[in-house]
Amino acid sequence: MNHLKKYAGLVWIILSIAAITLLCYAAYTNIAAHGKHDINKPLPWIIIITVFTPVAFGLGIFGYYALKNEYKQ
Amino acid sequence: MASEKGIWKVITASSVGTLIEWYDFYIFGSLAIIISEKFFPAENPTTAFLATLATFAAGFIVRPFGALLFGRLGDMVGRKYTFLLTLIIMGGSTFLIGCIPSYETFHFAPYLILILRLLQGLALGGEYGGAATYVAEHVSTKKRGYYTSWIQTTATLGLFVSLIVIITTQNSLSKEDFNNWGWRLPFLLSIILVFISVFIRLKMKESPLFDKLKTEGKISSNPLKESFGKKQNLKMVLLALFGATMGQGVIWYTGQFYTQTFLLKVCNLNPTQTNTWLCIALLFATPFFIFFGWLSDKIGRKTIILTGMFLAVILYRPVFSKLYSLTNIVNKEEVSSNIQVNKLAHATAAKTNDSIIIKTTKIIYTDSSKAVQEEKYFSSDLQIGNNKPHEHKTQITLSDSYKWKVIGLIFILVFFVTMVYGPIAALLVEMFPTKIRYTSMSLPYHIGNGVFGGLVPFIATLITVTPGSNILSGLWYPIGVGAVCFVIGLIYLSNKKNTLIHDDESNYADNQISKN
Repeated sequence: MNHLKKYAGLVWIILSIAAITLLCYAAYTNIAAHGKHDINKPLPWIIIITVFTPVAFGLGIFGYYALKNEYKQ
Repeated sequence: MASEKGIWKVITASSVGTLIEWYDFYIFGSLAIIISEKFFPAENPTTAFLATLATFAAGFIVRPFGALLFGRLGDMVGRKYTFLLTLIIMGGSTFLIGCIPSYETFHFAPYLILILRLLQGLALGGEYGGAATYVAEHVSTKKRGYYTSWIQTTATLGLFVSLIVIITTQNSLSKEDFNNWGWRLPFLLSIILVFISVFIRLKMKESPLFDKLKTEGKISSNPLKESFGKKQNLKMVLLALFGATMGQGVIWYTGQFYTQTFLLKVCNLNPTQTNTWLCIALLFATPFFIFFGWLSDKIGRKTIILTGMFLAVILYRPVFSKLYSLTNIVNKEEVSSNIQVNKLAHATAAKTNDSIIIKTTKIIYTDSSKAVQEEKYFSSDLQIGNNKPHEHKTQITLSDSYKWKVIGLIFILVFFVTMVYGPIAALLVEMFPTKIRYTSMSLPYHIGNGVFGGLVPFIATLITVTPGSNILSGLWYPIGVGAVCFVIGLIYLSNKKNTLIHDDESNYADNQISKN
């Protein structure tokens, strides 16, 4: 179990990077100058990315601690 | 520890105040549509609705900051005075929202509403951690899950009370009166409730564990630094967030709020019918918060929370799909329809001689359900051969034969909420030492519930307008977050029960990490 806890840390680090990358990519592809829907407007994306970036960073730290065996019992 | 009688006084004082705070917070969300019309003018109703949802989310996003601000205060000054302060800020802000003139007469109104909403979020961020800590520090170890679960009922009961007050106000007034001024009454009522709660809370004593720390001079001088600056504690804050509250938050808001948004905006169900049926489901589900809190004292917090999370992740799509199919008029057979056309004078800068043509179609189906479809056209558009309606609204009123089916489905969604939410206060309290408990447990709780949970309606609405999406696509957000949280909780969280809570920091981190 301790091995699983440790190596799953890599997954959480990758997930944190993937989440932010995915959000930025989704914002880039959906924001359009003359878009009619809210998903085409920059404001909702700015709110979401601003809020989730520190949280994703926290997930990265959680993964790093796991990788360093901090959650080993 | 307090006596049995004393414990119930503590629980009552804490729960009533927390219930009122939730009531205050929810009436804004429940009246989101009318607030958008009054304070956030926009030609496109969807934009107006999302503007309010954004304000709603803003209320949630500031909650972690409230957790830090009031958590620090609670760990330095005491639990009792801190959650008295949050109650006064919340009640005052809610009352003032009810007093602000609409945008038509007061153009600064949207800014004031936003500021008051942010204050509400800050106050709520400080309230919950204080109430949960206060109760947990009064009760015995073996019944901590049971007693703290009473605090957990307040969030659902707050929503229930807010819906009851809104439905009663709507039914007591004409539609015009409610739209003109009646919607303010639920906000104004808050001040009376807050006075009662402050009166009850003033009579309470400080938490015995905090009092002991104070007497011994062991109070933290910098709870924020100790909570988040020390690796030993920070790693537990992160575990609490990603292994418990993140998934609990999305399941809570999907069960109670997204369900309401889904029925109103996707299924186009009549608002009174939606709110009444939601109320009945909430009423039936509420005792399960206590049940699962009690059960967590017997079999552990983790087992119950993760089972609820797993069930929600695998059953959300079938349950919401069934709700949609029950309300979908495509599946119904028409008996009769009645079309009425009205012409209204309308003047805009661009079309001074234009008028609006409203075509209202009332349809009755074989199962006695009814639908009202309203299409708005500009006469100038019709003259040039453009027959596409400028606006299209449908409202469905289901026959009583659907009542218990729909209530049953909503009950299932709220049942998942009771599993993940009932034992969460006990789990969080047991993860952190007394001197930094208020700060340390409040932040992961409010990021999980405020950020991850609070944004469920907003993000789900955004996903549903993505090209290629369908009416159930919005559910991928709570399903994805819930699934990740389930896996993290399963691997890293301990299922310990009857954990001692005290001021010795050394055992805390190890207590809540899985040994398997």
